[in-house]
Amino acid sequence: MEHLRLVENPVDRLARTLEALLVIASKPLSVEELAAVTEEDSERIETALGLIAGRFREGRSGIVLEHVAGGYAFRAAREAAEACARLVERPVQRGLSQAALETLAVVAYLGPVSRPEIARIRGVAADSAVAGLVERGLIAEAGREADGGAVRYETTVLFERVFGLSDRSELPELDELAGDVEELRSRLEHVAARRGA
Amino acid sequence: MAVAVRELPLDLDAFEGPFDLLLTLVLREELELKDVDVAEIVLAFVERLAEREALDLEACGEFLVLVAALLELKARGLFPGEELDLEGLDPEEAAEELAERLAAYRRFRAAAGWLEERLEAESDRYFRLGAAPLAPAPSRPLATQEPAQLVRALRALAAEPPEPSLRHLVLTYPPLSRFLDRFRALLSSRGRFAFDREVDRLSRVEQIVAFLALLELRKGGEAQIAQAGPFEPITVWNTSAS
Repeated sequence: MEHLRLVENPVDRLARTLEALLVIASKPLSVEELAAVTEEDSERIETALGLIAGRFREGRSGIVLEHVAGGYAFRAAREAAEACARLVERPVQRGLSQAALETLAVVAYLGPVSRPEIARIRGVAADSAVAGLVERGLIAEAGREADGGAVRYETTVLFERVFGLSDRSELPELDELAGDVEELRSRLEHVAARRGA
Repeated sequence: MAVAVRELPLDLDAFEGPFDLLLTLVLREELELKDVDVAEIVLAFVERLAEREALDLEACGEFLVLVAALLELKARGLFPGEELDLEGLDPEEAAEELAERLAAYRRFRAAAGWLEERLEAESDRYFRLGAAPLAPAPSRPLATQEPAQLVRALRALAAEPPEPSLRHLVLTYPPLSRFLDRFRALLSSRGRFAFDREVDRLSRVEQIVAFLALLELRKGGEAQIAQAGPFEPITVWNTSAS
């Protein structure tokens, strides 16, 4: 059968190397990281990643290549979720309280941000919510405010991965999420004008 | 329902109309807050709340914030000298500050809601984070326990443990005299003997005691000892026989 072996495409070979790297990595790998360890240029890496994405996609494979948290990573296909849920626990995602989600939102949009700043926005102390999020690995310390002030926090790679974001810019615009201050103010003025008339 | 708080109809001594309007008038200083009975406002809200079946937490929250702001303004009006906390904010600025804070908080609360939905939508995405902790084994509840059995088990645990044996630590030496007698008998019957042959079936300790007995005989002048070199056989003979 020797005569049937096709001439090997070099991109195929690179794709196999990338698959190997992605399967041993514990975090998403960026194109730059992949280029550095394979000593290849980014363009070829992207071509090879395209090849892998075609092989490892929903409906075709139990392993899926995804672009997440600024890099590429393998994950389980969604159709296998039920079985996965019986095998492993998800302590990071499980049981996030309303306070934790609000704190997480503040850190995601404003980070790096300190606990007093979070407390000012939410109107209540954020200490335990912050500690819980740090423990889960969703946020981490990111230096201090100027002149040795309060510790500041920002979201982690794990946060982006858990929420399936390729980066923080994928978060929706804050102003799109809720009525802004103008709306409240105009309502007040409207009522006042009606009274004046 | 948030609108309902603002449109809460009020019938107070100093004012009649929607809550929203009351707030605006107070903030514009067209109505003296010290004439407004805040307790009556709370009563009106609670009555309105009682008419509805479901408790709207959002409306209650907003009401609390607004009433707290009203109370703060009223307290400030009652103590005109103490304006330290609000740093000279006029009522309009205070209202603006309040509205701005509420709006900022609302946006982040909405962002938290978005995150929650996102988490739900991504709940079927599984990936590896280093070694994934295994799901806990299903817990098996204990069968009904017999109290008497527990007592027996505890009693067994409470019993005094037996004294540990130290027997293996004690070395037993045969008496020196046993070898003195034996060697003397040999010397008197044969005149000489090979030490090694006499002791080679004995234990290590017995060999040492036998050697001490030999030295004792030599010291007392009862025997002569010769050895060709280190580890060579030792020959013993009767002094008087030589």
